[in-house]
Amino acid sequence: MSDTKKNFLVGVFDEESVLVSAVHKIREKGVKIHEVYTPYPVHDLDVHLGYKRTRLARAAFLFAITGTTLAILMQTYMLGFAWPMIIGGKDFVSVPDFVPVTFELTVLIGSLGMVATFLISNGLGPGKQAIMFDPRSTDDKYVMAIELGNNTKFTKEQITQILMENGVSEKPQEKEV
Amino acid sequence: MQYTSPVREPLVLRQMHKNDRKTTMHDITDDICRQVEAAPNMRWMIALGISLVVLAWGSYTLYRTWFFGIGEWGLNKTVGWAWDITNFVWWVGIGHAGTLISAVLLLFRQKWRASINRSAEAMTIFAVLCAGSFILMHMGRPWLAHWALPLPNTYGSLWVNFNSPLVWDVFAISTYLTVSLVFWYMGLIPDLATIRERAKNPISKFVYGLMSFGWDGSTKTWARYEMMSLVLAGVSTPLVLSVHTIVSFDFATSVIPGWHTTIFPPYFVAGAIFSGFAMVLTLMLITRYVFKLEPYITLAHIESMNKIILVTGSIVGVAYITEFFIAWYSGVPYEQYAFINRMFGPYWWAYWAMMSCNVISPQFFWFKSMRTNIYATFALSIVVNIGMWFERFVIIVTSLHRDYLPSSWVMFWPTYVDIGDYLFSFGFFFTCFFLFAKFLPVINMAEVKTILNSSTREAGEEYTKEEHIGETKTATAHLF
Repeated sequence: MSDTKKNFLVGVFDEESVLVSAVHKIREKGVKIHEVYTPYPVHDLDVHLGYKRTRLARAAFLFAITGTTLAILMQTYMLGFAWPMIIGGKDFVSVPDFVPVTFELTVLIGSLGMVATFLISNGLGPGKQAIMFDPRSTDDKYVMAIELGNNTKFTKEQITQILMENGVSEKPQEKEV
Repeated sequence: MQYTSPVREPLVLRQMHKNDRKTTMHDITDDICRQVEAAPNMRWMIALGISLVVLAWGSYTLYRTWFFGIGEWGLNKTVGWAWDITNFVWWVGIGHAGTLISAVLLLFRQKWRASINRSAEAMTIFAVLCAGSFILMHMGRPWLAHWALPLPNTYGSLWVNFNSPLVWDVFAISTYLTVSLVFWYMGLIPDLATIRERAKNPISKFVYGLMSFGWDGSTKTWARYEMMSLVLAGVSTPLVLSVHTIVSFDFATSVIPGWHTTIFPPYFVAGAIFSGFAMVLTLMLITRYVFKLEPYITLAHIESMNKIILVTGSIVGVAYITEFFIAWYSGVPYEQYAFINRMFGPYWWAYWAMMSCNVISPQFFWFKSMRTNIYATFALSIVVNIGMWFERFVIIVTSLHRDYLPSSWVMFWPTYVDIGDYLFSFGFFFTCFFLFAKFLPVINMAEVKTILNSSTREAGEEYTKEEHIGETKTATAHLF
């Protein structure tokens, strides 16, 4: 965390539908929204906020094919080269027999790699501290944070006014984080 | 345009004690966090105490197993694989429902999974650990368990045999355990953050803060989280199917009459889902009663699970009959004898217990009155699990105890150490489950909140108060 603190204006919404239309209207006015915090994944809110589609699935695919490759190399090396043995008259490198382990390692490395990517890209992990603009965003409120330093075109009062016009349920508070 | 089907039951009921108003998101948070935040009640402590006693007794027989060796078991020269593998397959089967609920039902957009997936996944993890404990037990020398991994052993570069289904099993079970654990824990993080924000006691604030990984619920995180859940569901679906397929390979790739059948993989998978759902129902009905979760785990949930039990139970029934037909049709006398021996041999009682518990009993669920009856569901869920245990016992023991040489025909009977080891797994399973139910949220709050708006009925909407009272009465019918 950097030492420089930033000022945010925090708007609290009660309803999902009000929030989604507010996001549209506020962005149309040219106000940059820092982030919206919700108690559950609001469908397509990332699209409304103009975020890029996550590339997590691609990361998962890359990890998965790494797993496939490692599994094939491992089995081929161990049974084919390191210590070849005749087992049940089969070939040393008996491809059909390698399918189960290859599949399992694909799934294992693919999912562990993806979860690690997810945690790292979101800065999540044991001991990490969350920045909570309003603790009720994990309960039943939708919380919108607008960074004042990032919206120099507008005064604080103007942004407050815009938020009030778009259905916040209480007066927006300023918060230093 | 949105169309809401009128026949669908609401998944979150209104609550009478809250003046019959619509359940809000805050109610969900309160209802689910309550049991985590409150001091443990007497009923919970008694339940945990009983589990610990069973665990202690099981630990004694486990000590005998490991100290004196597996000669303490009822195995003999003909039947070298019996009780432990039966229990292993039984527990792995039970461990199939959780991931099925969280993965397959997610892909099929079955919203009713939302309030049951958390505890079903927890159950999966504990069941797979129990299954793993039997693998360690039957090794006899569990301190050499790492030899099952592809590590170079002390004597040179001799590796594990990748042609063996037992090695496939090692990979399948450990992958399944890891992925299920990760899936379950990732689902827990948002809810742990909710508890962290509510915590007043500094110790719980610290512990839940540590466990919630700094979750803040931002849209960016949720968007990635949803993608991750979808991909995990996508890879877990074939994983669930592969695990029991590979377990069935332990038998199917052998040449023992009664085991050497290509029908085993689908038949085992259906049986696993069947027994898994039965165990989910048993635990869910108890949890719902103890923690008063009737508004979240409704009769609609129970009915849906009963339908899956009916389908998978019938698949298992068809598999039993197909197996018999193929044994006759094969014209192989050994194969035919194995099946006649199952039905009318000295273990006839196990066979008929299996047939009546697994094939006949789920047929009651053709009737809606049975599917929505809590007592019937609870009783049948236990009957199904007894039946599924006997299925594994029948497949394993009756196929072995009369081999090709009649002079070596014997019977297998378990010793008290065998039974104690089985009790160990029960003690372990229930201890884990009760600890989970007390210290972690048993229902996925975030997911129930997503379905809240679409799935609670507005007051007066073609749904009379009388209906509602009737439903709540049935829903709260006391089990014990």
